This record gives sequence, C-alpha cells and structure tokens, in this order.
Amino acid sequence: MDQQSGLVVDSVTGVDVALPVAGPGARSYAFVIDWHIRTILSAAWYLVAAMLHNGGWLVNAPVNPGSAWFIYVLAPPAVIYFLYHPVLEVATRGTPGKRTAGIQIVSRDGGAPGVGSLLTRNVFRLIDSFPFGYAVGLVTTMLTRNHVRIGDLAAGTLLIYVHNDTALAHYADERPAVNQLDATTAEVVTELLQRWDTLDKIARRRIAHSILKDPVAAQSEDDALLRTRLESLTAAASTP
Amino acid sequence: MNDQLRDHALKVTLLRRSDLWKRAAARTKRLANKKTDDPADASAMADDYRMLAHDVAKIRRLLPDSRAREYLETAYAQAHATLHRPAWHPGYAVLALFRDEIPAVVHWLRPHIIWATALFILTAIAGYSMIHTYPDLIALFASPELIATVERGQLWTEGLLNVVPSSVLSLQILTNNIVVSLFAYCAGFLFGLGTLYILGLNGLMLGAVFAFTGQHGLSYDLFRFVVAHGCVEISVMCLSGAAGAAVGEALIRPTAPSRTESFQRAAMQSGRLIVACVLLLVGAGIIEGYVSPNPMFPLWTRIVIGVSYWIFMLALLNGWLFARRP
Repeated sequence: MDQQSGLVVDSVTGVDVALPVAGPGARSYAFVIDWHIRTILSAAWYLVAAMLHNGGWLVNAPVNPGSAWFIYVLAPPAVIYFLYHPVLEVATRGTPGKRTAGIQIVSRDGGAPGVGSLLTRNVFRLIDSFPFGYAVGLVTTMLTRNHVRIGDLAAGTLLIYVHNDTALAHYADERPAVNQLDATTAEVVTELLQRWDTLDKIARRRIAHSILKDPVAAQSEDDALLRTRLESLTAAASTP
Repeated sequence: MNDQLRDHALKVTLLRRSDLWKRAAARTKRLANKKTDDPADASAMADDYRMLAHDVAKIRRLLPDSRAREYLETAYAQAHATLHRPAWHPGYAVLALFRDEIPAVVHWLRPHIIWATALFILTAIAGYSMIHTYPDLIALFASPELIATVERGQLWTEGLLNVVPSSVLSLQILTNNIVVSLFAYCAGFLFGLGTLYILGLNGLMLGAVFAFTGQHGLSYDLFRFVVAHGCVEISVMCLSGAAGAAVGEALIRPTAPSRTESFQRAAMQSGRLIVACVLLLVGAGIIEGYVSPNPMFPLWTRIVIGVSYWIFMLALLNGWLFARRP
C-alpha cells in the first residue's frame, strides 16, 4: 500500500489508521456506473409508464396531459435520477457504482459519515456539476490534496479504497504446536534475546522461567542453558 | 541467533494469527451493516480493534509489502470506521433537529438573516424604482409572453389551473423553489458572492414585476395571488441566503485553523436550516398550486392562510412546535 497517497488518521490505540484515498479515476469510474444505472432505471420507468398510460406502444406525451401523466410518468424518473445518490448513500452508505469501483465514503476522521454529512455532500452536487458533466467536481478532485470535490469539502468526507477482495493466504492455525510459540510469546522471546546481555540476571531468568515450560529449564539457574532453550524455541517458531 | 532469524520467527508467528484476522474482519463487516444489542459483540469488536492495531503495527515493520498487510490495514480501517460510527436514532435525531438544532442555527444566523432580508428588500425597492422610472427595462426581468399578457391587462396566473392541474403545478413550483433555495445556500461557496447574486436578482425581479403590473393596474391582482404563499416563500429565500452568506463568511473570515475546516463547519451547521427551508417550501408549493391560482378564495382567506403559515414558520424555526419555550 502506498502510504503517500493515503490519509493517516490518529487512533486511540496509538497505531494510526492508513486510509488509501481514491483519486479522480476511481471516482469517475464509480460515477459513470451510477450514471448508467440511474439513466437506465429512469428511462425504463418512463417507457413502461408511458406505454401503460397511453394504452399502447406510444411513449410520447398526450396532447392534453392530465395530472396522471405528470405524477406517474414524469415525476418518478426525475425522482430516481436526481435522488439516486442521496437516498442510496444515506440508506446503504454507498452506491452500486462505488461498490463496483471498490470505494467507500468516510468522514475525515476515518469514521462512518453521519446522515447530515451525506446530505450536505449531495446538496453541493449543484455546484460540482457546473457547468456540465461534473466539470467543477472533476477539476476539484484533481487539485485537492485528498482528491475531494466541493461537496466533500463541505461535508468533511472523502472516498477511500476498500480492499475487501484481498485474499488472505491460508497460514497455519494460530494455536501453536507443543514446541511452538504463539505470536505474543514469540515477540517477548525475541525481545528478551535481543536485550539478554543488558538485562539484570535475576530479571532475565525470571522471564525465561515464565516462558519455558519444560521442568529442567524452568528450574535451571544456568544462563547459557536458558538462552539456548529460548533460541531453540525461536528457531522452532520459524518453521511454518 | 541473528536478527534475521528472530524477525523470521516473528513473521511466522504473526501470520499464524490469520484466522483471528479473518474472524475480526467478518465481525466488523457484520456489525458495519447492522445494529447489535449484544454487549458481547461490542466487547469482541473493541478487542478485535486492539488486536488488529497491534498486528498492523507489527506487520508494517515485518512485512511492509505483503498482501497480509493490505488485508490487515483494510480490516483495521473498517474496524475503525465501524467503532467510530455515530449513533443514529432517527426519531430522536429528527426531534433534536427541530427542537434544539434549528433554533440554535437560527439564533447563530440572526445577523445574516437581517442582512439577507435587508438586501432582498433593498433590491426589491431598486427593481420597483427602476421599472417605475424606465418601464422598458422590464424586458431584463420578464419573458416576452409575460409582458404581452400583462399589457393585455391580464395576469399570467389567470386561468393557470385550466392549463396545469393543481397537483402538477404544486410539484413544479416546489421543485423549482427548492432548487433555487439550495442554490442560494451552495452558492455561498463563492465567498458569498453567488448567494448575494441570487438574493439580489430575486429581489430585483419581485420589485420589477410589481412595478410593471402596477403600471397596468394589476398590482392588486398580483398581491392577491402572492400573499398566501409569498410570505413564507420570500422569507425562506432570505433564510437560504443567510445560510449561504454564513458559508461565504466562513471562507472570507475563517473561524477555524483552516479555511477548509471553517467552510465545513459553516456548511454543516447552516445546512440544518436548509432542511427546514425545504419542508416550508413544500407547504408553500402546495398553497401556490391549490390556493393562489384558485379564484374561489377571497383575499381575506388568502391573507389568513399566508399569515398563519408565516407564524407556523416562526414557530418551527424557534422550536416552539416541539415543546421549546421562548
């Protein structure tokens, strides 16, 4: 993962959270997919509703359209087209396009954005879509540090990559075999061996006794024996 | 024993924890998509977060370019997002919005509201004076069809219901008004200039049209048409302008360490008022579709409707409707 292209967020654990920020490419890809979905849905609704309204294959507006034409044929496609993003983002925290592009909306602290933030970023689409084809939004994503459009600046949100498809290879089970160490103990053993010479004799023996299970070593006061046993434990741990 | 061997041991033992990571990632994914009332789940989630943090720190040093690291970083970021997701109780959120947050925003925006209203009134007066003095300039504000209709001694609103049904008219009007209101708010991004432009233009148009209809003896008819919905509609225009002005001011005079942060705070805070504006415009649109063009309603009914709705707006904006006392 390229740390330079990401946002680093402080965490209470002391280990910062690295968020890989999505750039204009991923954002555009997601937008194009969403645009096709909402256009197709709107057009499909219009065609079907117009044919049902006209009672035939005609899809043109009647000469004197009644309220039914506006309410059942024209209004729903407009609602689908214009409210697609806000409704889906509030309801599912994303859109099909964003999921396909592997990106997700998060707030600037790495948390999930609230409803207010999601609505605000969508209201500002009015500015981002100016003058056509989301030109303002696209240029802003190219120029800003975290590749955000004006709506994101207003809402304090950004888009990050989600590598949900990263396959984790199968490694041996966490439970160690009899002669193997678990991760935490291995860490303690390596630390102990690294600092062996600088530690107080009594302290390093006490730690070694608490780690070594076999009765001979656990009672031994022989530093060399204890160190050899610890090294053999570490060597055994190296075996996958 | 050398450092390389020790690191290798650490890597192997770390990778053995992959099943723990998978379980943590699965739990995070499950809890990210739905609520849980089980304290054990919450506790396990917090433990997972600490465990993932610990392992991320180790894997960044031991295996910086591995897929395992990518997996862990993603799981850690997801766990972070899930744990830091704000609580969302829709009923309480809506009540808090209307009872506490919107009144607080209105209080905060009071100077902006006064200035936006003053600007609107001044531009309306300017528009009125301009057309009163130079009637030919009406072509700047009104379409040729509208001018021709008024010159024939008719208002363009007459017989409107014969052309478009009330429901459709309402829908068209409220959609248009909501878009204008949202624009006035968003245009504050241009250091407030966009908002000032929209407010000023609407004020000029209103004044100009009143002057023009007055010259043809139709100002009473226009007032009769406008009064039921106009009180709230014009007030909402000023409120949206005030919200936009606050966004612009945040960019001109930042109150946070950076302009971006200041802009975000102002946009998020004043955006709450826009929710109320949108709801009020829905009501105004319904009145404009069903009451204003209908000649059956006498003037006094229209005034009562207009003033009552305006008082309702005041009550909504001050939280009085939701048990908040003045």
